[in-house]
Amino acid sequence: MIYREAGQFKTSYAADQAVFPINQDRWFIYGFLFVAVAVVPLVASEYMLHTVLIPFLILAVAAMGLNILLGYCGQISLGTAGFMAVGAFAAYKIAIAFPDLPILINFIIAGLIAAAIGTVFGLPSLRIKGFYLAVTTIGAHFLIEWVITHFGWFTNYSSSGVITAPAIAVLGIPIETPEARYVFTIAIVIVLAITMKNLVRSEIGRAWMAIRDMDVAAEVIGIHPLRTKLLAFAISSFYCGISGALFVFIYLGTVEPQGFDITRAFEVLFMVIIGGLGSVMGSFFGAAFIVMFPILITNVAGLFGSIVPAEVLSNLELIVFGSLIIFFLIVEPAGLARLWSIGKEKLRLWPFPY
Amino acid sequence: MRFGNIVSAGMFAAALALPLAGQAMAQDEKDMQFYPVNAYWTGPYAAGGSAFGGGMIDYMKMLNERDGGINGVKFFWEKCETQYKNDRIVECYERMKNRGAGMPLFHPMSTGGTYAIFERAWKDKIPVLTIGYGRTDASDGRVFPYLFPMMTNYWSQNTAKIKFIGMREGGMDKLKGVKIANIHHDSAYGKETIPILDEQAKLYGFEVKHYPVAHPGLDQKAIWLQVGRQFKPDWVILRGWGVMNPTALKEAQRIGFPREKMVGVWWSGAEEDTVPAGGAAEGYIAAGFHPSGTDFPVIQDIIKHVYDKDNGELPRERLGSIYYNRAIVWAIVSTEAIRDAMAMFGNRPVIGAEVQQALEQFQMTDERIKSLGAENLMPAFSVTCQDHEGGAAVKFQQWKDGKWVEITDWIETDDGLVRPMVEKSAAAYSKEKGTAMRDCASVS
Repeated sequence: MIYREAGQFKTSYAADQAVFPINQDRWFIYGFLFVAVAVVPLVASEYMLHTVLIPFLILAVAAMGLNILLGYCGQISLGTAGFMAVGAFAAYKIAIAFPDLPILINFIIAGLIAAAIGTVFGLPSLRIKGFYLAVTTIGAHFLIEWVITHFGWFTNYSSSGVITAPAIAVLGIPIETPEARYVFTIAIVIVLAITMKNLVRSEIGRAWMAIRDMDVAAEVIGIHPLRTKLLAFAISSFYCGISGALFVFIYLGTVEPQGFDITRAFEVLFMVIIGGLGSVMGSFFGAAFIVMFPILITNVAGLFGSIVPAEVLSNLELIVFGSLIIFFLIVEPAGLARLWSIGKEKLRLWPFPY
Repeated sequence: MRFGNIVSAGMFAAALALPLAGQAMAQDEKDMQFYPVNAYWTGPYAAGGSAFGGGMIDYMKMLNERDGGINGVKFFWEKCETQYKNDRIVECYERMKNRGAGMPLFHPMSTGGTYAIFERAWKDKIPVLTIGYGRTDASDGRVFPYLFPMMTNYWSQNTAKIKFIGMREGGMDKLKGVKIANIHHDSAYGKETIPILDEQAKLYGFEVKHYPVAHPGLDQKAIWLQVGRQFKPDWVILRGWGVMNPTALKEAQRIGFPREKMVGVWWSGAEEDTVPAGGAAEGYIAAGFHPSGTDFPVIQDIIKHVYDKDNGELPRERLGSIYYNRAIVWAIVSTEAIRDAMAMFGNRPVIGAEVQQALEQFQMTDERIKSLGAENLMPAFSVTCQDHEGGAAVKFQQWKDGKWVEITDWIETDDGLVRPMVEKSAAAYSKEKGTAMRDCASVS
């Protein structure tokens, strides 16, 4: 009923291999993107854009990065925040040293630097697996944090270790208003999401999944484990680096190394787990859940502010949020993305879903 | 699975309804003065945050009850939980900035948060008050028009601390060769005094070594071993925050470092820092810009008008604690700035740009402090366009038998040393960001 697919014939390989093979899906996504890019900046309040949507998009990029590594390649990493910090501080140093460099090129270089650092810390993944790898990546996190905190060069010798991002502009248009920041961010996010979707459908993505599912078997069929794993680390760190750079330049405008502490790494890990491992869509669901939910809870609870005191509410936020995480993991351990695809399958078979 | 779908649909609907609900409430608040209260009732720093938020609200409740607000304009406020996290502080700021007639001022309640917020607030023309914390070089009002690190900034406080150590050593010339360990919280706040300490070390010839403690600071064994076994300092400056402080006191006791030689900053000198350390805190010294206790008319008024009517924000026994009194000092400065703004622009709710103008000629004289019932609770100071700090003096207090006891009079800070450094740092900021420096002669 809802998905009337009758009459949709695929007459070419390209049509058969499209990202969204069903027409309704494609139209929905086009419509959704149109609303997100063109309508939302016009109607959403500054508060909504600045404190809800922009951080959501930025952390979704980090979640995509971790999803490449953890969801597709099966390598557990807790270095996400560290790689974000690399991207953030690299972008800052580049912007200070070369003020005339276009910001997009700056971000790409910052992402590449993060990718290089990520590759180095990915080397142990060849020998270590699972939880042990998680521990080495925590090591990477603390090493990066320590280096940034203790060498003044990274923070331009700021006495407090806080960096402030200079103003940015793209093609002469200053990225200053919340609307401009939002559009800039979502443009980058769309490009990164399309890239990731196609990456994981390509030979590279299939090699990652082979490694994830059984690395010995993957090696037997001719997949080079070192190259594949390091590529996953590099691309993942690239995404994290971009996310970190956006965090400083677009979202907060300033950051101290503690802004990328280990809690941030766990936050991104939870996004990936709750959103859905091995799913681009899941990265967005997870980021939405982790970023928007606490704010939503406090806002909804704030409506009853006169009845319940704020100090109770703020604890309530943590309690409700924690319970919801448990609830969703029990209802659907494969994450929100799986809920989404189950829903879609049912709609396709409507009115007789099974 | 269906249940899951229903739940997510419900949440989506709630998200859409959110902005609408907020607008419906704003109607009858137009005639009242809005005051944002963001603090942290959860997280590792809740001991301080709950007193800051509660104390400020108590003071406004008292003003509303006793005087009917300021000049007949009553206060209303909104609480916002920041968890001492920068992104949540930004969220609170954005959420509250258009309440009522507009936000008159903003207390970030965190040094890191100050950095995250002040450029935004500058653009929105909302003064950011960081009384006793925040970005030190913002004392140069020519470069930072909307940032007010009032009373005493970190660097000035630090000069008072070195003066105090000098007094204890028997004169500033005796500081030569003295070894001081600076044990600091490894954050924007903790690192803020490193440059001034290095500068003073050169000036007075003492030796200083900096020991960063990672957040939250529950494990300091290795650091105190280094301090006690290798460096063996004469004095320790404790620049801690939250749970780091009692831990440091206990570690000092463990290695046998005399607590009488430990000087805390004013974020390390509250009951919340010493009581959990038990006997280990006995003799420990800390700086402060206000004493503890409830023997002040203003706090008696709060008890009479708020707590005796069972309307208080906090348990009664927390009244008069260091953090509570700090909140009262903050509230007094903030509400008096609003009063000055009303004197300039009329008796109606004032907005940020108006409060900023009032703040740039803000005078907190001894007479005014006395008329507010806060004699001895806070030092006199005055803010100008040039000087956003005001140069208030610092007191030192010692923890004795479960109480903070004042051991010095007000000690003047060393503005002659701090100001050139502030100006240099502010000029560097101005250059890096390409902002113009105001000419203060034309402003006032």
